[in-house]
Amino acid sequence: MGFYIVQLLTGLSDASALFLVACGLSLIFGVSRIVNLAHGSFYMVGAYIAYTLIDRLPQGPFSFWVGILLAATAVGLIGVIVEVLLLRRLYHTPELFILFATFGVVLIIQDLSRWLFGAEDLLGQQAPGFSGSIDIMGSYIPQYDIVLIIIAPAILAGLWLLLTKTRWGILVRAATEDREMSDALGVNQTRLFTSVFFLGSFLAGLGGAVQLPKGGADLLMDLNIIATAFVVVVVGGMGSIPGAFLAAVIIGELNAFGVLVFPESTLVLMFLVMAVVLIIRPYGLLGKKEAPEHGGTAGDESVLRPASGKLKIAGLALLVLVAVLPAFVGTFQLVLLIEIALFSLACMSLYFIMGPGGMVSFGHAAYFGGGAYIAALLVHYLQTPMELALFLAPLLTGFLALIIGWFCVRLTGVYLAMLTLAFAQICWSIVFQWGEFTGGDDGILSIWPSDWASEKIVFYYLTMILCLGGILVLRHFIFTPFGYTLRACRDSALRVDSIGINLQRHQWFAFAIAGAFAGLAGGLYVFSKGSIFPDEMAIPRSFDFLFMVLLGGVESLFGPIAGSAAFTWLHDTISRINLWQLVLGCIFIVLVVVFPMGIAGSIGSRLSRFFRPR
Amino acid sequence: MIVKRTLVTVLMVSFALTLGLVPAAPAADTIKIGEINTYSKLTNFTFPYRNGWQLALAEINAAGGVNGKQLEVISRDDAGKPGTAVTIAEELVTKDRVALLMGSFFSHVGLAMTDFAKRNKVLYVAAEPLSDALVWAKGNRYTFRLRPSTYMQAAMLAAKAAKNPAKRWATIAPNYAYGKDAVKSFKKVLKALRPDVEFVAEQWPALFKINAGSEIQALAAAKPEAVYNVTFGGDLAKFVREGTLRGFFKDVFMVSLLTGEPEYIDPLKGEAPEGWLVTGYPWYDIKTAAHDKFLAAYQKKYNDYPRTGSVVGYNTMMAVAEMLKKAGTTDTEKMVDTMEGLTYDSPTGPVHFRKIDHQSTMGAYVGYTALKDGKGVMVDWNYADGKDFLPSDDEVRKLRAK
Repeated sequence: MGFYIVQLLTGLSDASALFLVACGLSLIFGVSRIVNLAHGSFYMVGAYIAYTLIDRLPQGPFSFWVGILLAATAVGLIGVIVEVLLLRRLYHTPELFILFATFGVVLIIQDLSRWLFGAEDLLGQQAPGFSGSIDIMGSYIPQYDIVLIIIAPAILAGLWLLLTKTRWGILVRAATEDREMSDALGVNQTRLFTSVFFLGSFLAGLGGAVQLPKGGADLLMDLNIIATAFVVVVVGGMGSIPGAFLAAVIIGELNAFGVLVFPESTLVLMFLVMAVVLIIRPYGLLGKKEAPEHGGTAGDESVLRPASGKLKIAGLALLVLVAVLPAFVGTFQLVLLIEIALFSLACMSLYFIMGPGGMVSFGHAAYFGGGAYIAALLVHYLQTPMELALFLAPLLTGFLALIIGWFCVRLTGVYLAMLTLAFAQICWSIVFQWGEFTGGDDGILSIWPSDWASEKIVFYYLTMILCLGGILVLRHFIFTPFGYTLRACRDSALRVDSIGINLQRHQWFAFAIAGAFAGLAGGLYVFSKGSIFPDEMAIPRSFDFLFMVLLGGVESLFGPIAGSAAFTWLHDTISRINLWQLVLGCIFIVLVVVFPMGIAGSIGSRLSRFFRPR
Repeated sequence: MIVKRTLVTVLMVSFALTLGLVPAAPAADTIKIGEINTYSKLTNFTFPYRNGWQLALAEINAAGGVNGKQLEVISRDDAGKPGTAVTIAEELVTKDRVALLMGSFFSHVGLAMTDFAKRNKVLYVAAEPLSDALVWAKGNRYTFRLRPSTYMQAAMLAAKAAKNPAKRWATIAPNYAYGKDAVKSFKKVLKALRPDVEFVAEQWPALFKINAGSEIQALAAAKPEAVYNVTFGGDLAKFVREGTLRGFFKDVFMVSLLTGEPEYIDPLKGEAPEGWLVTGYPWYDIKTAAHDKFLAAYQKKYNDYPRTGSVVGYNTMMAVAEMLKKAGTTDTEKMVDTMEGLTYDSPTGPVHFRKIDHQSTMGAYVGYTALKDGKGVMVDWNYADGKDFLPSDDEVRKLRAK
C-alpha cells in the first residue's frame, strides 16, 4: 500500500516539474503564437544560474530560495532581451520563421553556456530543510518531492489569479482569444508581448532552478526538455494553463506506473499519449479552436506561377551545370553534392505539403528515415537489388504516410504538426527498440549500391537523375488541377467546402505523395552512406528539414534546393571551428532578419521582374 | 538592400569557392591523421579526451615526430551523428588526404565508421566506442579498438561480483545498445560463475531522461539483494540521489559500470556512494613511473587532473604514433599489418592490439567506492588487464565469423 502511495506521489512530483516548464511555453504561445524552441534553453540557463548563485551565497534556506528566484528573474530578463532585440523584428513574418530564429537562439545559448559554465555536469544542491525523506508505511519519499507537489498548484493558482483578476491578465486573455481585435481596440501589443515573454521565460528559469535538488545542470537539458514541454502544452491545449497542469499530471503518473509494468515504455509513452489525445480531441484536452485570423491568409504567400521561358532557360543551365560539375570538382565535393541533392528532394517533399498544402510537419524524418530503413531492411534480409529497393522504398513509405496522414489531416496548425511529430517518434521508437529486427541503435551496416553504381561518379548521376526528377515531378504536381485544388484548400477551407471539394482527401493524398518522395530520398541516402541508424528518424532530423525549407523560403519553388544547399554547406564548413554552434546560430538569426522570405524568396522577388512571364 | 546584396554575393562566392577547392597536395614532411569525435555534445568526456591526444601529439612532435616527420591531426566534430561522421570521414580521406582515422565516442558512430573503413580500406583506430559489435560481429580488417569493450568491463565486474553471496539480482541500464550489451554480458558472465543467481527485475530508463524516483521504486518492488547499474552522467547523479533519499542502497550490494571514472563520480562530490563495486580510473592513487610521468605532464600542461577520456586520448595517439614508427610507411595495408600484434607501454600498463580481433588489451581499474575529504574515490582497487577478460579464441573466431 505504502508503495503505491509513494509511486503516486513520485508521479505527481514529476508532473510538477513538467508543469513548471510547460506553463511558460503555453502562455507565450497563447498570446504571441510563437513556437519558442529556446524555452528549453531558458530552462537550462535557469538551472545553471541558480546553481551558481546558491553556490556563492551563504549556506541556508533563505539563500537557496532567494537564489532560485534571482535565477528565474535573470532568465526572465534574458527572455526580454531576446524578445526586444530579435523576435520583435519578426512579428510580421510567418510564425515558422520565428521558430527558426528561436532555434538560432538555442544554438547560441548552447555554446555560451558551455563557455560560461564549463563542460562538466553539475549535481544540484539539496534544498536546506528538505534534504531528508518521509516514511510512508515502509516506503520512503524525499521531502523535496512534497515541496514540488505543493509548488506547482501554487504557481497554477497564482497564474489563474493573475490572468483573471488583474487588468494585465484580462489583456493577455483578450490577446490569446483574438489578437487582432485587441490590437484594434488600442491595446499596446509591443508592451504586452514583452511582458508575457518575461513571465514565460521567468517560469522556464524557475522550472530549471526548482528541479536542482532533483537533478542538476548539464548541457543536454535544453533539448531533452523541449520536446517534453511541447507535448505537455499540446496535450493540455495550447494556451491553456489548467490544460497544461492536467496534461502534466497524466503524463507524470503514466510514466511512474508505466515503468512498473513495461520498463522500456519511457521512450515513447509520452508521444503515445499525445497521439491518442489529439486523435480524440483535436485541440488538446482543454484547448479551444483557434480564432480565425480576420484578414485570412490571403497575401501571405505569393502566387506560384508556372515557369516562364527565361526561368526554364535558367533551370536548364542549372541542369547542365549539375551534369558537367563532376569534371571540375574532387570526390568529396561529389559526396557533398549528393547529400545536398538528397536533402533537396526531401525538403521539396516537405515544402509540397507545407507551401501549397498549408500543413506543417514536424515529423518528416519518419518518411525519410522510413524510406531509408525500408531499403536497408530489404537489402539486409532479402538481398533485394538496389534498383528494386529504390522502387519499393518510396512505395512503402507512401503507404506509411497514407496511414499517418489519415489521422493528421483531421487536425490543423500546430496540432497537426505535433501529431506528425508524435507519429514520427512512435516510428522511431519502434525502430530503436526492435533491436532483433532493425538492429536498434546499432543500425544496419553495409548497405552499398549495386556494382554498376558503386563508383562515386555513377552514383552521383543516379542521385541527380532521381532527385532532380523527383523535384520536377513534385513541381509538376503543383501545377496540375490537384495542385491548384490543394492550394485552394490551404487558402480558404470554407469556399472549398462550399463548392464541394473534399478538402481532407486532397490533403491526405498530398501527405502520401510527400511521404513517398521523402522515402525515395531516404532510400538513396542509405546507399550513399552505407549504413542507417535511428537518428535519421529522430526529431532533430525532422527539424533539419524544416529549417532547410525555411532557410530557402516557402514562397519559391527553388527554396528547398537553395535551403538544403546552404544548410548542408554551412554545417560542413562551420563545424571545423570551436564554438561553431554559436556562429551558426548567429548566421541563422542574421539570415532570418535579413531575408524574411528565405534566401530563394528574397533573391526571387528581386529578380521577379526578369523572370515574370510576359 | 546593400546589406542583402553583399550578403548574397558573399554567400555565393564562398559557396563556389568551397565547392571548387582542389584537394591540396600533402606536404612531404608531415603525416596527417584524421580525428573525429563528438565535441559539441558530451563535452565532459570529449574535452579531456582532446586534451589527452593533444598532450601526446605535443610530446611526439617535440621528440622529433615519427621517422623524421611531424604528425598533424585534423580534428573534426561529428555532433554525435553517424551520417555526419561518415561525411567528414570521406572529406578527411579524399580531400585532406589523411593517412588514417581515429576517434569516436558513441557506439553507433563508431559502427558507422567501422563500416566506412571496411568499404574504403582506410585504417580506423576507434578510441572510445564500447560496442562489442565493433570488433566482433561487425569487426573487419581495417578497424582496431583501444578501450576495453562493454563485454570486458562487464566481465571484470562480474568476476568480482560473483564473490558476493547475493543471489537475487536486478539491473538498471539506459535503454540503448550500450546499456543492453552491458546487461547481457554481465548476466552471461555472472551466470557462468554463479549458476545459483537469479535476475528478478530489469529497468530501462531512456538515456539522459531518467525518472529516478519511479525507477528506484520499481527496483525496490522486486526486493533484490544486489543491483547492477549501467546508468552514467546526469542519469547516475539522479539515480544516486533518489536512491540515497529513499534508503534504497542501505541493504543492497551495488555493482556499477564506469561509475569510478572521474567524469562520473566527481560531479557527485560528497554524495558519492560508498561501497559500490565499480570500474573507473583512480588517477590519484596509481603509483607507477609511467603514470607519474603522464600525470605530471598533463597537470603541467592543463593545470587540471586527467579523466578517463584523457588516458584514452593519450593512449590512442601514442598507439598510432608507435604503429607509424614501426610501419615506416602510410600504406594502409602495411599499417594494418603493423597494428596487428602491436604492443606498446602506456601510462596504464602495456597495451597489445590482438591480431585475432583487433581489440587492445588495455584494461580498467576495478575497486570499491568510498568517500575521502568530501569526494568520491576508489579504494581496494586493482588493475584488471584486458587480456584476462576476453572470451576464448575459438569463441572470438565464431563471433567474428562472417
